[in-house]
Amino acid sequence: MKYNQLTINNPDDLLFGIAPKPLLTRSGMSIGGGLVYPELNFTLPPLEVKASTMRVVAQHYRDIIADALKRAAELQAPGVVIEFETVPPMTATPSFGLEIVQILLDGMEEAHRQHGLKSVLRMTPNDNREFARPPVMRSGEHWERMLELFNLSAAAGAELLSIESVGGKELHDEALMQCDLGQVIFSLCTLGVRDMEFLWKTLDGIAKKHGVICAGDTACGFGNTAMVLAEQKMIPRVFAAVVRAISVVRTLVAYEYGAIGPGKDCGYENPFLKAITGYPMSMEGKTSACAHLSPLGNIASAYADLWSNESVQNVRLLGGPAPTVYMEQLIYDCRLMNRALAEGRESALTLRRWLVDSDATLDPQAWVLTPENVIAISRAIVAEPNHYLAGIAAARTAIAGLRSGLATGNLQIPPREISFLDRMSEQLDDLPDNEGDFIEQQKAIVDPSKYLPSEYGI
Amino acid sequence: MTTLQELAMAVSSGNRKAAKALTIQALDEGVSPGDLVDLSLVPAMAAVGERFKNNEIFVPEMLIAARAMKESMTVLEPRLLAAGITPKYTAVIGTVEGDLHDIGKNLVSVMWKGANVQVIDLGTNVSSAKFVEAIREHKPQVVGLSALLTTTMPALGETVRVIRASDAPPVKIMIGGAPINQHYADEIGADGYAPDAGTAVDKILTLLGAI
Repeated sequence: MKYNQLTINNPDDLLFGIAPKPLLTRSGMSIGGGLVYPELNFTLPPLEVKASTMRVVAQHYRDIIADALKRAAELQAPGVVIEFETVPPMTATPSFGLEIVQILLDGMEEAHRQHGLKSVLRMTPNDNREFARPPVMRSGEHWERMLELFNLSAAAGAELLSIESVGGKELHDEALMQCDLGQVIFSLCTLGVRDMEFLWKTLDGIAKKHGVICAGDTACGFGNTAMVLAEQKMIPRVFAAVVRAISVVRTLVAYEYGAIGPGKDCGYENPFLKAITGYPMSMEGKTSACAHLSPLGNIASAYADLWSNESVQNVRLLGGPAPTVYMEQLIYDCRLMNRALAEGRESALTLRRWLVDSDATLDPQAWVLTPENVIAISRAIVAEPNHYLAGIAAARTAIAGLRSGLATGNLQIPPREISFLDRMSEQLDDLPDNEGDFIEQQKAIVDPSKYLPSEYGI
Repeated sequence: MTTLQELAMAVSSGNRKAAKALTIQALDEGVSPGDLVDLSLVPAMAAVGERFKNNEIFVPEMLIAARAMKESMTVLEPRLLAAGITPKYTAVIGTVEGDLHDIGKNLVSVMWKGANVQVIDLGTNVSSAKFVEAIREHKPQVVGLSALLTTTMPALGETVRVIRASDAPPVKIMIGGAPINQHYADEIGADGYAPDAGTAVDKILTLLGAI
């Protein structure tokens, strides 16, 4: 592991708007440099994306960007990040994706020309490799098309490159359903880590070629799937909280291979990554309820350098088009955080305390995101010599934090979930000390038809 | 407590070893394989499904019960086959073209199997043609279609349209997925919609006329 110590050691230094290693964009936005900026993401209403619908699709994006940036300028946003997260056909056919990139960049340029609004585009192609079952991770059409879109977008002017990569997900869903921590660690820390190493080496090469920035990845398909399943009462919240802690190890690999932030919004593991790496992070919370529900609405913003809405469909609301409405909400949230920062550290820490304390006691997933738990789990991760052991350490530290919260009466855990704390500890006790032995153990357990070990180099 | 009652308890508590032993014991006592399924396994899984629906247990606990039932079925299946007893109902299920999400679909499969419905799972990213082909081959009473993305919702409508227009045997169509609601099901001509896996059991049994 590249990181063997924390960049942020003191929980009180883990704060919104300030990152030890801020990022300066071409337009002059300093992300993590003392201001929280809004990051807007949007998607289409129900509409199939194909050659015959691209004219309609393009018009949606033209309307979205013009209206949302106009509102951002009216509200005097100091700058905005626009994230273009494609839908799968736009990555499968890179010319579709590129057409939208150009529309968005044109809209951003126009807003700068008309209003002086600073902005930067984050480009997030789909990781379509999982369309092959079992997934083919290192070659083939899905891999090639994805890289093609990264290259074309970076060349066109998309400055931040991100992805929600899926290596290991083909086993992780089942691991969640079974509440099997061994299989979670195999998916995230063995398969996921190896895929991240391969993927991010490649993305780093693309970024260097075009002079753009590798921003970061997210364990959305892992940690947020667990969170949503917990919201639906399918799996225990304590289990989802521990999965979150383990997911840090996988996403960290992006930063070991060239990413420098801002981490992608839906990575609720980002506070840990900020503590470890010092790079700025995007977060989402209450303003992403348009995309998914969560128990982390306020606490997530405690660490945000960018504040995002995850994704909203371009539908008409009473206040206007939904992306514009969400731009306004994000800007007001950012204003509040920036006002606190402007008043000084004490005010900022007061606001952070309110954001943290208003969520932390009510849900185990929020509890692991308290500054003290973030630092404790991050410290446990960087103390380990490899990603496998780091995953176990993250899980054990998260469970210890949950037990401590329960014992002190500071954390509410539903009675039917409490036994899962012991069950998870027992599962961890059964894991071998050595990753080689672990891999052999897991290979005998998981469904071999679902993944290709050779695609992960094991 | 009768052996069938004990078996039901073993299944609902996820005790695979006991489920297998009690299945053998019940057969030795002269209980027919069909009665064993109908009077013990299916009611046990129905109770488990009910507990899940009432938020008393989580999915992994439900899956443990399903595995215990499967253990019992490994003993029963050869005998059911020999006696010419096949599951009364068959369903084909899959996630529509362009969509890879399958957690919800997989849960529905488990629940339907628990209700003694034979489930043919076509997986994810399934084209409408593949659904039609499966209907021709397996002659199910019900087809379940799933989609999670707003951008793949249109594929639900397209699949319903292609199935209805095909020469495949008539079939009831159920749909589900996060962005779906009853209104959308009505709009595209589906016969049923279920918001979650628990409700999907009630819905399929209603469509089958079994309740």
